[in-house]
Amino acid sequence: MNEMMHVSSNPHTRSRMSTSRIMFFVIIALLPASGFGIWNFGYRAAVLIAVCIASCVASEFIYEKLMKLPVTIDDLSAVVTGLLLALNLPPTLPWWMAVLGSVFAIIIVKMLFGGIGQNFMNPALGGRCFLMICFTAKMTNFTYDGVTQATPLALIRDGASVELFKMIVGTIPGTIGETSTIAILAGAILLIVMGIIDMRIPGSYLLSFILFMGIFSDRGFDINYLAAQLCGGGLMLGAFFMATDYTTSPITDKGKYIYGIIMGFLTFIFRSFSSAAEGVSYAIIISNLLVPLIERVTVPKCFGKGGES
Amino acid sequence: MAFTFKGGIHPFDGKSLSKDKPMEELFPQVEMVYPLSQHIGKPAIPVVKQGDYVLAGQKIAEADGYMSVPIYASASGTISKIEKRRVLTGDMVESIILDNDGIYSTAERMPVRSITEMRRGEVINIIKEAGIVGMGGAGFPTHVKLSPKDPEKIYYVIVNCAECEPYLTSDYRRMIEEPEKLVNGLKIMLALYDHAEGILAVEDNKPDCIRKLRELTLDEPRITVKELKTKYPQGAERQLIYAATRRVINSSMLPADAGCIVNNVDTVCSIYSAVIEGIPLYKRIITVTGDAVRFPKNYIVPCGMSYGALLEEAGGLKEKAEKIVSGGPMMGFALFDLNVPTTKISSALLCLTRDEVARSKPTNCINCGRCVDVCPGRVMPSKLADFAEHGDMESFLKFNGLECCECGCCSYVCPAKRQLTQSIKSMRKIALAQRKKG
Repeated sequence: MNEMMHVSSNPHTRSRMSTSRIMFFVIIALLPASGFGIWNFGYRAAVLIAVCIASCVASEFIYEKLMKLPVTIDDLSAVVTGLLLALNLPPTLPWWMAVLGSVFAIIIVKMLFGGIGQNFMNPALGGRCFLMICFTAKMTNFTYDGVTQATPLALIRDGASVELFKMIVGTIPGTIGETSTIAILAGAILLIVMGIIDMRIPGSYLLSFILFMGIFSDRGFDINYLAAQLCGGGLMLGAFFMATDYTTSPITDKGKYIYGIIMGFLTFIFRSFSSAAEGVSYAIIISNLLVPLIERVTVPKCFGKGGES
Repeated sequence: MAFTFKGGIHPFDGKSLSKDKPMEELFPQVEMVYPLSQHIGKPAIPVVKQGDYVLAGQKIAEADGYMSVPIYASASGTISKIEKRRVLTGDMVESIILDNDGIYSTAERMPVRSITEMRRGEVINIIKEAGIVGMGGAGFPTHVKLSPKDPEKIYYVIVNCAECEPYLTSDYRRMIEEPEKLVNGLKIMLALYDHAEGILAVEDNKPDCIRKLRELTLDEPRITVKELKTKYPQGAERQLIYAATRRVINSSMLPADAGCIVNNVDTVCSIYSAVIEGIPLYKRIITVTGDAVRFPKNYIVPCGMSYGALLEEAGGLKEKAEKIVSGGPMMGFALFDLNVPTTKISSALLCLTRDEVARSKPTNCINCGRCVDVCPGRVMPSKLADFAEHGDMESFLKFNGLECCECGCCSYVCPAKRQLTQSIKSMRKIALAQRKKG
């Protein structure tokens, strides 16, 4: 035996799942929502999506080149960030604002803290909130069919009625990717089937949100009202695609439920009492900040010391 | 419903390569090497010297004290030297070298008496004299395992028939071809403990074994066959005990503390051979498999034969092997050289054309939590590996680093391809060494 053989510590086999594969599936799962957004809002949506993805990937690449770090854009996480950010923007936003948001998301939120896996809040949502603060008017201007309209969530908050069917299909004003519940759920089901996300976080988030809304809002358990709250305002997109972001969600089993409930509670608070009708983004990023604490108090009991079942 | 534990993984099992190949006994014409340390405990002391002629089954080294076992020649021939030889871990170990004459003349068997006439101590002494150790890979002297502080408090004698490690089919072949030996071996152990129930714990991917063993134990009120869910690491000692009995032990306990004694299939068969047939342990079953091997098979191998010679018996490599492993892919030991001897604890020779480990580059942890979800020890591998990499022993111990069983599930699932098991293993070694020092 003259050939050199490899030696390494056990195990000698690895699963096929890799970081880039996970990101690839997330991109695929976001395609229905993206496609619907482009169909619903026209070419401007497509331009924004392209701009966000390109500027996110470029920011990461340039930063890593400048800092002489290994280039990691092939893990596709910057593409996911760009796509998610775009889906959270109103289609009428000027493209240069989108670039600014992307740069903020990648450089400030992600790279300065050490790149993939090290950021303390969801980069896409960080970028969106940055834009909300800087360009509030543009970020809350929802034009649909050529007219500026209130989103269904704003309408229902003011006591008006909304067409639930339209909210489920998605033919309503809103950000590019948040309007179609069906398209988002199609992607979410793909991720669940592929084992990339599970229902612990979105399930506890949505369920606790409904409970808080049902118990504490003056509408009570009004099915139409609750359904409109669920389908409206980025809750679905947030619950399945952003709250489940690995890096910014707890690693522990119990922690995942607690995290979901905190988001449900915060979303309820923001939607009920804040001046804006929307609150999912803020609920998620605030909960992101609580993750280290949640993980610390939910360390699982190990096998042999009470953690067997 | 099949019994199981929480966590675990389902790696590619690869058992179909060698599953249907009956056991084939080998009588190789090659030099035999017997390392004096093939078990946990003190190395054996040679009782032969250079130039002595020995027979297969003749004792060539005796136990040094209680925590040690003797070693037997597996072929006939002349002792050519006693010197340090490299073993599979890379260490140089004092070994007896036998110039094999290829005749395989056998020594006289050990005296046999009826089991009913013997007392506990006598049976255990035979097991010790036969050189029997845990043949699943640990190499723990079996007579020590069978001598708990309080034999009255042993309630379960479990035979680990799970064979959860991918590619391995040696236990499967034993169960299919010699189930009587297994059941009778278990009966010998049951005779030692008045209150014990015997459990044959088999994974449900071996329905034929379950059926066969159930038929054989129909009239044995003290023996049950338990069906376990097919999942790695179902055969890990703590997980096996939990699945079979719902009893729980942690890293600072022995199975006997929970009233259990666990033994591997081949070990139980060796107990049978020693006590009933008077044959000491010098042969064992080894699966030679993997996609690089020309003829994957299950062999009865005289211990001491080199891995290289064993691979030649299986037709050699049909393709270049990137990685060769002694044992299974999850817990086996990667070989850097095939010219090392097989021992009592060699369960398989696995030759893989692709080394997935070398092809995957570790990247940042993305905190996905897969390792936490699959960990059968219910610890947090990603955190433990961080502590290990930073040398933070205090946090490592606080987060139950010692409860890791090194099964490899975390490294297997990690999408960032981190070497989690390796980091944790290294830290555990340091921690255990410090604990020993006190």
